[in-house]
Formats: sequence, structure tokens, C-alpha cells
Amino acid sequence: MSMLIQAAPLAVIAQLRQLYDRDPSMFQTVGPQSRMLAALGWTMTVIGVVVFLIVMALLLWPIWRNRNAPPVDGAPRPVSERAWILYGGTAVPALILGVVFVLTLAAYRRSAPAGPLPLTVKVIGHQWWWEVQYPDQQILTADEIHLPVGRPVKVIIESNDVIHSFWVPNIAGKTDAIPGKTNATWLEADTAGVWRGACAEYCGMQHAHMALSVVAQPPAEFARWAAQERSVAVAPTDSATLEGERAFLSSQCVFCHTVRGTQAGGRVGPDLTHIGSRLTIASGTLPNTRGNLGGWILNPDRVKPGTKMPAVPLASSQLEGIITYLESLK
Amino acid sequence: MSTVIERVELEALSERLEHTWKTPKTLYGELSSVDHKKIGKRYLATAFTFLLLGGLQAGAMRAQLARPESRLLSPEMYDQLFSMHGTTMIFWYASPILSGFSNYLVPLMLGARDMAFPRLNAFSYWTFLLSGVFIYSSALAGVMPHGGWFAYVPYTNAQYSPGLNMDFYALALLFLTISTTAGAINFIVTIFKTRCPGMSVSRMPLFMWSTLTTSVAMVFSMPALTAALIFLEFDRRFGTHFYDPIRGGAPMLWQHLFWVFGHPWVYIVILPATGMASMIIPTFCRRPIVGHVYVALATVSTGIFGFGVWAHHMFATGMPALSTTFFSAASMAVSIPSGIQVFAWLATIWAARRHVLATPMLFMLGFICLFVIGGVNGVMTASVPFDWQATDTYFVVAHLHYVLVGINLFPVLAGFYYWLPKMTGRMLNERLGTWNFWVLFVGVNLTFFPMHFVGLRGMPRRVYTYPAGMGWDWLNAVESVGAAVSVVGVLLFLINVFWSRRSGAIAPANPWGAATLEWATSSPPPEYNFTVIPTVRGREPLWERHDALLGVAGEEDFAPADAARAADYVGVYTEYRREGEPDPASLSLPTWRVLDEGKETLESTLLDADPQAVLRMPEDSIWPLILALALTGLFVALLFKAPVWTAIAGVVTLASIGGWLWPTEATFPPPRTAS
Repeated sequence: MSMLIQAAPLAVIAQLRQLYDRDPSMFQTVGPQSRMLAALGWTMTVIGVVVFLIVMALLLWPIWRNRNAPPVDGAPRPVSERAWILYGGTAVPALILGVVFVLTLAAYRRSAPAGPLPLTVKVIGHQWWWEVQYPDQQILTADEIHLPVGRPVKVIIESNDVIHSFWVPNIAGKTDAIPGKTNATWLEADTAGVWRGACAEYCGMQHAHMALSVVAQPPAEFARWAAQERSVAVAPTDSATLEGERAFLSSQCVFCHTVRGTQAGGRVGPDLTHIGSRLTIASGTLPNTRGNLGGWILNPDRVKPGTKMPAVPLASSQLEGIITYLESLK
Repeated sequence: MSTVIERVELEALSERLEHTWKTPKTLYGELSSVDHKKIGKRYLATAFTFLLLGGLQAGAMRAQLARPESRLLSPEMYDQLFSMHGTTMIFWYASPILSGFSNYLVPLMLGARDMAFPRLNAFSYWTFLLSGVFIYSSALAGVMPHGGWFAYVPYTNAQYSPGLNMDFYALALLFLTISTTAGAINFIVTIFKTRCPGMSVSRMPLFMWSTLTTSVAMVFSMPALTAALIFLEFDRRFGTHFYDPIRGGAPMLWQHLFWVFGHPWVYIVILPATGMASMIIPTFCRRPIVGHVYVALATVSTGIFGFGVWAHHMFATGMPALSTTFFSAASMAVSIPSGIQVFAWLATIWAARRHVLATPMLFMLGFICLFVIGGVNGVMTASVPFDWQATDTYFVVAHLHYVLVGINLFPVLAGFYYWLPKMTGRMLNERLGTWNFWVLFVGVNLTFFPMHFVGLRGMPRRVYTYPAGMGWDWLNAVESVGAAVSVVGVLLFLINVFWSRRSGAIAPANPWGAATLEWATSSPPPEYNFTVIPTVRGREPLWERHDALLGVAGEEDFAPADAARAADYVGVYTEYRREGEPDPASLSLPTWRVLDEGKETLESTLLDADPQAVLRMPEDSIWPLILALALTGLFVALLFKAPVWTAIAGVVTLASIGGWLWPTEATFPPPRTAS
């Protein structure tokens, strides 16, 4: 199993990209906030490019004009200090900056949600994963946020340890997760799909592997997901899974992980009650497949060097059982 | 035109001065030298070495990021490299390299014989060097700082960063602030008090304005950093809770303290470079800068505005809208003085009848181009809502590198091509210089321009690797190729420097036909800088009269590089007659301007630079080095938490200060007046 991981990182990664419906670019917008920010970005880019071209013309034209000048220093061309310094260097830039500032203020105003936010998600940064709670629905999950399409959702952002930053570029800008401080933002996706988010503030060794998925789905589908997440873990129905559950519950896994409905009640790592239905494991690092899950459990440090998850010594039959069990936790 | 002093007399004078000012060419002599030119060159060489080290770290990072999911570097190694890259470049390269230029040039441009406090100057250098050695010694144990150059808590608290990594960071920076503060005070006093007669504030070269602004900004911004670092060490060592949110501390405190220091620091590392632009561009445009007064005002106001924009680094931290919009407005406003400077250069270039496109000027043109890009993307990040997307991504990495490479490295290289002939007496190779410019310009843009796109396409900064297929792969590959091209550019520069040491054309006193006083003495200048203290009557003393220079270097040293230039540099200064003035032959040269009764320079009044007193300059001394070494011992003892050794090193440090200040006969020279 671990061989599989080592042999094919690129193939695995290509699969990872297939989970998401678009590149995680701020210009590939799927919500009102990011659309507005992209429009602001494009407007400023156009202004900036025009400014740049004008300045370059002012810089290079006189040099071109003098290209055949005799090597004798004539009297300098008269220049108007007032025109260059007062207008060129002060008034015109101030005017342009004024326009940009007004655009900024307008965008700032429009960055607030239009109406009330009936649904609240609480996202808590950990080294190096995202705890996700829906306080009103009693949902506890990790690394995956589900949203009903077209409905603005309030997101409360906290940190459990160091500073992280919550960022889903397709939908909205960043909000820092700062310990001891509660920040808030909101997300609204108007296109159904899976969008990639990531931690944007350097938070230690595995900052690079602290992604999350935002799943925007039709309201009915979202309600079904919420109902399922609220429920306790499905009890094993076949003997292989039962075996796996037993192996899991007797392993060290339970010290850190919770599977609601069983005796596993650790709160250090992500809640695994519905791990089988998640898209990724290890915080958006690997697609959630049998092979990846096995490789991750067997040697977490190989996938995410420095991760807080220890390698747990397991016989291969135990490992097979645990994977089967975890995959069954839909 | 007759001269006041005869050439024979002048030669005797030079000999006397040389005897007084000479540093013995022994190891002890070198280590105890307080000559600002030696110290300036040491600053330049040391800071450039740090640039090369930081560049190697960047090269390793670009190799790692050239393709997705690369396993060339471990995450811990990558984190240490990017932290050391930032820390090195910001603290041990960008500012000290400018201190090097200032150290070398300020007394020469002022017509003085040394800095106001030469021993303090030597001490600044030694502490700069030793603090750099101190932080790099962490590499030997593999515990280089790993918290990024702005080291946000609580990640850098003992709980999340056990080990010596962040102690190295905090203590080395505390050590460096001693050097920086001492250096800044020295520049302020030197510029205020040692200008030659006639160099009133309104006639000071613009480089003085930028060095002065920078130095004042250093003095006022350093305490915030010092406080931040001391709190950090207290938290780490003694379990205080300045930054610990669980026990009532505030991680935001660090961010505010750090950026209250950090943003003025950005201007500290660019203003002297813009001052260099204001010196170099007019020379190659063969005319004085347009809007001298406005450039000076813009420089000072940038320094002041720079203290009011720090929170634009924190737009995503959840600050209230009123604060963020205030800082947004301030951050946009701060670009107006920069606009004034840019338009002054543009107007100067516009007004020229002829442009001499020598290498320094090429770097200056490149600098203006990069400056404008760094300004435009800077204004974009100052727009709060847009910054929510751009901050902490490669867009910001692009911005800050356009600023630091564009507004620091390019002017620094222009400065080397321009002033190195003054320092070494040999010209650099123009053809190689042109290649150097183009290769580096292409390399830098290839490295940093794609970072805008990769950042907006969602790649956070400070990631040691990234997944494939997110739209970042080819852009990262291009950036890495650009980094390789930039390395070639820097190598071409080094080759040029070494080539010039052996085979460069001998540099005349004023090879570029420039206007300011550093060109009024031979290349390289004698230890005492000027045989007689010059007197200036305008902003461009060497352009004011079509006469040769006297009393400083022989006229033959002024053989122009091309005949056409002869028409226009010129004019000097000391004791030369202007039209309508009394015949200088009838005047006697006042002895206080010769100043040959020991190591002396002139003290003058703050605004008008009227001669005030003769300053007795200290002899060479080994004490600055001993004190710096004692301080190194103190910081090493603090690092290893050794109370006994800390106490011993503390006593040795105090004793070194005592040794430094121990009165000798030379401490109390008989008083001399200037008039």
C-alpha cells in the first residue's frame, strides 16, 4: 500500500485536481463576492496597465528622440516644473488614486451580505486541518464545508493553535483564523460544484497541505447531507467491516479521533463519523480512496512530513479492516 | 586665474595630511581603522555577501518549486530557507548595503573628512557583521529561524517552536538593532553638523535627504521592533504572556508592533536607493534634476507617511472597517510622494538634450520600470477588498520583490557601476555591464511577473510544495527558469567586478562628469578625503564653473572620458573666484579650512553650514571591535540560557565600554575655533 503512494504521486495528484470543478483562481468566480472582487481586480489592472504604459512612454520617448543627438551637451530643453511635478507627479496620480479609493469603498460596501444569514458554519483552524461545525445542526466534520447553492452562509472563523487564514478563492477573500479572536465572513456559491480552499497564512511545516473543499449543492441535496452528518456512525453490517470496527476501536486511533456512536471519542484529530463520505483525506492532500487511506494511516509522515498524526503499528489484516471500516462510514 | 595656494604648498600639505590620517597596513591597523571609506567598503562587501547567501536560498526554493509535489527539500528545510531568505535580504542585505553606500559617500558628498563619530561607525559595522555571523551560525546546528521574516506569534512561541530557531532570530535581530540605531544616529549628526561651508540645507545633494530621512525613520521605528522581540524572548524564556491568547495576551500585539516597525523599514530600504537615482540620473542627462526641492520634500514626506500605513499588512485579520479603510487611504496616499519622485526623474530625462546610456543609467531606466510595476501592484494590494484575495499569495510575493529588487537591487547595482570606480580607482566594463543589465532585467521579470498570475490563481505563499493541475505548474516552471537567468545576471556582475580590479581602465577623479563633491577628489580618495575643506556655492558644485579643480586632486586627474564632457563639468568651488568677486590672490586661505593640525574636520551650523568649530576626530581604535565581540559573547550566552556566562559577558561588555571611553591625552585637545 505504501508502495502505491510512493510510486505514483503524480497520478494521485491528477486525481486530486479532478475532484474540483474549476481551478482555485480568484478569477474563476462562482459567487457574488468573488465576482465583485474580480471586477475590482480587473478594473484596477486596466488602470494600472494604462498608467504603466504612459509612464514607460514618457520614459522611453525622450531617449528615442535623442538617439542621434551629437555628443555635445547643449542647453537642456526647458521643462515646466509645474506641469511635471504638480500635475504629472501629484494631481493626476491623486485623481487616479481617488478613483481607486472610491472603487475600493464601493466594493467594501458591497462585500457585506445582502440579507440575513440563516445558516452558520464555524471553521476552526488546527495544525494542519480544518474543524468544521454547524452549531445549529449539531454537525461536526472536517476539511469539508457543504453549502446550499445560492444561499449566503455565515462563517465564523477561529483557531485552535497558531494563526491560519481561511480562503476559498472561487467564492470569497481571506479571513484570518487567530487564536483568542473570533472572525467572521460569509460564503455564497451560486453554482453547484466542488471548490478548493486553502490555508493562506504560514502556520508551520504542513501549511502547504492544509486545504479544504467547499461543496455547493442544491438545497435538497444539502439537507440530505446535513441529515446524514447529524446521524451517528452507521453500524457495520458485514463481517469484514465488523472486524474492521473492532480493529479500529482497539487501536490507538481512538485516542485522537471520534466516531460518534462508538467508544472512539478522541478530540485531538478530525471527527471520523462520516469519513467515508468525504472527498479527501489529510486536509485536501489526497483523494479519499482505499489506497490513499491505507498509505496515510500506515505512514502519515510520508504524505505530510511533520504531521501530528503518528504512524500506528498495525498488522496488515488490521489495516485492511480499518480501511474497510472507515470507508463504510458514509 | 590665479590660485590661492601654490601647487608646491599643496603637495606639502597632502603629505602632512597623509601622515596624520594614514592607517598602518597591518592586521591590527585594519581591525582598528575608523576610516569611513574602509568601513563603507566593508559594509558593501559584507551586505553583498549576504545578498549572495539569500540568493542561494532563493535558488534552492525555486528548484523545489519548479515542479509540483517535488521532494527535493523537506518542509522543515524549506521553511528555514524562506525564513532565512527573507530575514537575510531585508535585514542583512537591503538596509546595510545602503548604509555601505551612505558610509562611503556621505562624508565625501558633504566635503567632510569622516563621519561625525568614526569609532561608533566602526562599531556599527562590527555589530552588523557579527550579528550576521550569529544568525548564520544557526545553520551549523540546522536550527535556522523558521517562522518567516515577520515571525508571527503564536507560531513562534515556545509552545509551537521549541528549539533555538526563533531564539536565534530574536537575539540576532536585537543585536542588529544596536548596529542600526548607532549607524542612524551617526548619519543624522554627520549630515547635520559636518557639511562643508556653503552647503546649506537647500544645497545638500538629494542623497543626503534620503539618508537623513531613512536614519530618522530608523531611530523612530527600531524601538517597536526591539519591544516586540524582547516580549517574544520573555514569552519564550520566562513564560510571560504578552502574546499568549490563552492567558490574556494578544497575538495581534506582535503584528502591530512588528509592522509599526516593518513598514517604515520598507521605506528605509528604498529611500536611499531613490536618493541614488536622484544623483545618478541627472549625471547621465547632463543637467540638474528637475524639481530638486520637491524631490527632497517627497523623500521626507514618504518617510513620515511610512509610519501611518502599517496595518495594510493586516487587512484579513478582522480589523474594523473604519481602521482598514483609513489604512487603505493612507497606503494609497503614500504613493503620491513616490509619484513626485518618479515624475522628477521623468522630467529630467525628458529635458535632456542627450542621454549617456552607460550601465548605471541602464539600471536606472530598469529601476523606474520596475518601480512603476511595484507601485501599481502595491496600490492594488492597498485596496482592502482586493487584498482579501491577494494577501498571503504569490501576488504579494510579486509585489514585494518588484519593490525590493526594483527599488533596492537595481539602484544598488547602478550605484556599484557608478561609484565603484571612485572606490577602487578602476572602471567597470561597459559591454559586460550592458549584458549584466539585460540578463538581470529579463531574469527578474521572468521570475516575478508570473507570480502575479500564480497568486491570483490561488497559490498561497510559503508553501513548500503544491499539487499538480491547479493552473500553477507552468507558471512556476517559468519562474524557476527566470531565477536561473537572474543568477547568471548576478554572476556577470561579479565577473565584472573582479575583471575591473585587474584590468579595468584607470578611473579619473570624475569619470562620469558628475556634479557633486565626491567626484572632486581622486579615485580612490586619499584617507583624508580632501586636502582643503571645500566650499560650495550651489547644488552642483562641479558644474558651476568651467575651471579645473584645485587643492583636492591634480587637474590632470580630471581628464574627461570624452572631450565633449569637458565643456560641462567643471567649476569648482574652493577659494576660486567667481565673476565680480574679489581677486582670490588678495585673500589668504584661512587655516581652518586646511585643517592639518591633526585629524580634523569642520563643524558647521545646522541650516546654513557656516563654519562653527574644528572637530577633533578620534584616532583609530580597537575598542569598537572588542566591544562588538563582547556583545557577541553576551548574545551567545543569552542564547544558551547560561546565566553565569551572561553575567561574565555583561561585565566584559561594560569593561569594553570603559576601555573605549578611557580618557587619553588626545581626548582633550586644546580648543580651536572656526573663525
